Amino acid sequence: MLREVVLLLTIVVAGTGGELCLTRAMKTIGEVQDFRPLSLLHVFWRALQVGWMWVALLLMTTGFFALLAMLSLENVSFVVPVTALSYAAGALGGKFFLGEQVAPLRWAGVLLVCIGVTLVWIGKG
Amino acid sequence: MKSSAGLQFKTFALIFIMIIFGPMGDVLLSKGMKQVGAISNFTPANLPLLFSAVFSIGAIWLGISSLLTFFIAYTLVLSWADYSFVQPASAIAYGIVALLGYFVLGEVVTPTRWIGVLIICLGVLMVGHTPPRTTEHS
Repeated sequence: MLREVVLLLTIVVAGTGGELCLTRAMKTIGEVQDFRPLSLLHVFWRALQVGWMWVALLLMTTGFFALLAMLSLENVSFVVPVTALSYAAGALGGKFFLGEQVAPLRWAGVLLVCIGVTLVWIGKG
Repeated sequence: MKSSAGLQFKTFALIFIMIIFGPMGDVLLSKGMKQVGAISNFTPANLPLLFSAVFSIGAIWLGISSLLTFFIAYTLVLSWADYSFVQPASAIAYGIVALLGYFVLGEVVTPTRWIGVLIICLGVLMVGHTPPRTTEHS
């Protein structure tokens, strides 16, 4: 039980942290307007010069391996729905790390996700 | 008119790819990890052994390929379609994963879990109906 909780928290915190760092890195790069393969390679190369991108890659890799470990222990119909908890972490991270304004409707959605995750966890039997 | 229809077709085709390949990737990873068996030893000394066991399984590579396909389709469609239009696809994906787990992998899904999955889908849909951008352009 404790192992599952630690793995879920790792998936949620590392995965969401990775996406937040990725967002921060891509905001440093600026809006991508040219989608030709060579230009995209150039964008990718520029992104690799940003420190946040490396933090993002490290965190997202950690999250992926935690997901694999959790899938070795539990059913996919349990694991994937409970990882929706990342919407709560994303809303909190967006507000406090990226300075986004989180609309009341989004908080309501996050609350529903949390209720759903609780039910899925209870339904584990 | 023709280009608008083409754009619509392209958008729905890519969303369809997302809905199929995202959940399929998760299910394939799950199938692969069940072959590895429950991981109980997380010590650094055991990691190389674990790593080689995980990446010697075909289902894991198929799962990673599926998730990459999902990611590429998601990135491409976001280059022209609104986030709030595309995002509900990720809500549906939670339901599809549960359905695939039940029908393909033969997992036992209790009624409470089904209700939980449904509420998660609704919550994710609600999150998607909020403005996708609240910060100023830099």
